Amino acid sequence: MTSLDAPTWQEGTLGRNLERAGVSRRDFLGFCTRMASIFAAGSPVIGMAAAAPGTAPTATEIASRLGAITKPNVVWLQLQECTGCLESTLRSGGTTIEDIILNLLSVNYVELLMAPSGAAANAALAQTNSEPHLLVVNGSVPLGANGAYTVIGGKSAKQVLEESAANATSILAVGACAVWGSVQASRPNPTGAVGVEAVITDKPVLNVAGCPPIGDVITAAITYLLTFGESPDVDDQGRPLFAYGERIHDACPRRAHYDAGEFVRSFDDAGARDGWCLYEVGCKGPDTFSPCPTIQWNLGTSFPIGSGHPCIGCTENDFFDRFTPFYQVLPDVNVPGIGVESTANDVGGFLLGATAVGVAVHATATAGSRYVRRRGLRDEDPLPAFGDPEKVWLPMPSLRSPETAQPAPPDEPATENTDDGPVSGSEEA
Amino acid sequence: MATQRIVIDPLTRIEGHLRMEMEAENGAIADAWCEVTQFRGIEIIVKDRDPRDVWAFAQRICGVCTAVHAVASILAVENALDYQPPVQAQLIRDLVLGTQIVQDHVIHFYHLQALDWVNIPSAAQGDPDAAVTFANGIGSTWTGNSMGRMAEVKATLTGVLASGQLSIFTNGYWDHPDYRLPAAANLMAVAHYLDALEFQRSMIRVATVFGGKNPHPNFLVGGMACSINLDNESTINQVTLNQIEGWLNDTVTFVESCYLPDVLAIMGAYKDWFDIGAAPPNFLAVGMAGATYGGDPNAARVLPPLSPIKPGLLLDGDLATVVPFDPSKIQEYVSSAWYTYDEGNATGLHPDQGETNPDYTGPELPWTWVADSDKYTWSKAPRYDGKVVQVGPVARVLMAYAQGHPRTKALVDSSLSTLGITLAQLNSTAGRIVARAIEAVTVSEMMLDIVFARFVGNIKTGNVTVFNPANWEPATWPGTAQGYSFAEVARGNLSHWCTIENQKISRYQCVVPTTWLAGGRDPQGQPGSYEYSLANSGTHPLLLPDQPLEPLRTIHSFDPCMSCAVHVLDPDGAELHQVTVP
Repeated sequence: MTSLDAPTWQEGTLGRNLERAGVSRRDFLGFCTRMASIFAAGSPVIGMAAAAPGTAPTATEIASRLGAITKPNVVWLQLQECTGCLESTLRSGGTTIEDIILNLLSVNYVELLMAPSGAAANAALAQTNSEPHLLVVNGSVPLGANGAYTVIGGKSAKQVLEESAANATSILAVGACAVWGSVQASRPNPTGAVGVEAVITDKPVLNVAGCPPIGDVITAAITYLLTFGESPDVDDQGRPLFAYGERIHDACPRRAHYDAGEFVRSFDDAGARDGWCLYEVGCKGPDTFSPCPTIQWNLGTSFPIGSGHPCIGCTENDFFDRFTPFYQVLPDVNVPGIGVESTANDVGGFLLGATAVGVAVHATATAGSRYVRRRGLRDEDPLPAFGDPEKVWLPMPSLRSPETAQPAPPDEPATENTDDGPVSGSEEA
Repeated sequence: MATQRIVIDPLTRIEGHLRMEMEAENGAIADAWCEVTQFRGIEIIVKDRDPRDVWAFAQRICGVCTAVHAVASILAVENALDYQPPVQAQLIRDLVLGTQIVQDHVIHFYHLQALDWVNIPSAAQGDPDAAVTFANGIGSTWTGNSMGRMAEVKATLTGVLASGQLSIFTNGYWDHPDYRLPAAANLMAVAHYLDALEFQRSMIRVATVFGGKNPHPNFLVGGMACSINLDNESTINQVTLNQIEGWLNDTVTFVESCYLPDVLAIMGAYKDWFDIGAAPPNFLAVGMAGATYGGDPNAARVLPPLSPIKPGLLLDGDLATVVPFDPSKIQEYVSSAWYTYDEGNATGLHPDQGETNPDYTGPELPWTWVADSDKYTWSKAPRYDGKVVQVGPVARVLMAYAQGHPRTKALVDSSLSTLGITLAQLNSTAGRIVARAIEAVTVSEMMLDIVFARFVGNIKTGNVTVFNPANWEPATWPGTAQGYSFAEVARGNLSHWCTIENQKISRYQCVVPTTWLAGGRDPQGQPGSYEYSLANSGTHPLLLPDQPLEPLRTIHSFDPCMSCAVHVLDPDGAELHQVTVP
């Protein structure tokens, strides 16, 4: 449990954290009032304990509930998928699954691990959906057969996703299925599978790519939000740059062999036994943005190229169609802008061609997009803001002027409190 | 004596999406319907692909059973192409497969099943000293059984419960009267729950060394890609051999000192559950856990390293007579599934002749009750010679016992003695859990003592070849080729069937353990094993309809894997019937 030492939140409750960051109780209550008005305006508030059917919770009730929150609540959906992404999360070594479920977050809904089933599970989901929460999504959304290809709790995957996204403060699409549909969305996509962004179009989605992503990358995407209170910078596909900012090729330990023209020509040949470059047996590393060579897999043990197999490019969209046949040399596969018809010879010389492909693809993938958020509106940045008072974020950024951002003395009474209700649940405890 | 309808959806702590609908009377289950609620169609997607690529697609059938579909796919393609992988590559695959099976079993017991038997709030009340005493008393020699560790876990649990934010424990059935373990035992079990997470993270690295990542390690038709060179730092060398030996030793240690003692102690406290949840007493296994065959298992000249027993069946409760296995007697039915057959829904088709015409006829979403119509699931119903058969750990352990496998026999006999039960009682909710732990021990020991020892021994004699290039190029392939494979994977018997025409896949099909177990009624009205285990006796308990703990115990004991369950392809490569999206 050493990662308990990591700065996740510094005070007992959200209310205290906000105070510490200079947000007055009045401002906090103002925020809650605005939330209450949003709810009253018609957004459904499912399972809000304080709200009678058909009524909206009051600002006081919201303040009381939010003030009592000490960990971000999480809904972790598994839609149309194989559970490989959660299995990968189980393998994360830096921040472990134990930290995630016991120390850092309150994961109130995750089908793989949660205690209850059926109605009790659905109640936990509805309750968490009704409040601000972090939403992690594994799996795609099959739109065919009116949703009957994936049914959870009697509802279509699409409905489940939409209900959980409504009040989500951050949405993480984790894994190739959630990002773009992955294997089931590959030709001919018999179930009409799509990724999260095709369904949730009114909020930014952080795309943690890979089939599956490295467990440590999944947990880092979450702890980034917890630590800094905002989404990491992303590339033009919504992937966080801390993990997907560099091509495998650029960090590959076998890169020197590529530069020296030392290639494996056939598996287990003399070159393979000397650890040479796998480009000629189909490695997609030159076109794949992923931290596999640097972070590596399973407690830093190895990564595909490190074990002699070419990269299949699983962090790239449509890799099952674009990068197949997997064992074809890269210029022969269907790389956008290059095309199957363009071979290394067309580009002029084997090595030159290979390099040109890599550079061209890199440029395509990142041109004009570094540190640019696609639909990233700061107004929609995530709620969780624990640990770093300089980066506390609120849904209404105007609440936080430079003056109020100064840490306030903890015992200083709140000024002009317009409501007698406590804003910090810990005071009640 | 009113009949009450009960729905469990989602049925959690499994892989994938499963819904159970039940009718209960007087605290017992009267009828049950098993509804598989996800379909992906991966067999359709692999059509027209390069057969050498298909393992990567098939592997994505399941990330819990990662590796197993890749291995089965590669064996089927190699069988079709008459392509012989080197012996060292086969041993590497056995190590990866065996590691996956043990990891899967451990995850199943501690993280998917245990909360049905282990009470979290009670654990937080447990005395750390008493927890250590309890562990010692059940013969657990696990190094994690220390006062300090138990106290740390107690503090963590207490903190979670006191916070009011219960995370994954939210809304658990903690007040259900059938949680029976003393607080100290619950605390020990939760400590081992956490230790098991750490264990699986470490030992799975066997797959990472050979396959580069896990989940979804890489494989290769014709062998493996991980070259062996004792004099190179980028290959399988002495460093990695030492690591693997260490992790295999850790695996044996954990399953013997922690997993098996825990299972025997916890299930011993729920002894009546060896009389609950029996499935039809027919058992099919082509070998022990980790057995793999390209083509007909009966035609193999040598037994797989992890399976020194023969394929077979045990039928009609006769646990001593091994009936020969005939792959041609497998048939699949769609009378309860959302598919149609061209020759009518009463027909049963062999995998070689199978059809997949999805035809969703269920109610509009969202559902309230599905089982009123004959068709209610995405899972077909496989039968062997018309019989409902069980696959999985209990089938394999009974098969190994019947054939006199010494280590299995010793472990089974001592477990039966400890628990005070009979061999036949392994066909039960608790028995399936015990069988899983027993085979975790045997497969762990054989990985270390047989597979790894042979692998290193071969290296010593200079055999470092892991890939056979002879049939790699498509130009060497016949115009048409058919192949299949059988593998005994964590949840039971798996087979992949493929046809290759003009260097591309033209037909692909998988018959998967969970399909065997979770399928619904066949045309004769025989329920599948899940359904039978809940409803056949008429006495399966269900005390509190809003806290369906008892049916969860029984369904979890099968270790459901729903993503695996729904995968079949028309032999003619017919496209799915297009469903109109409004």
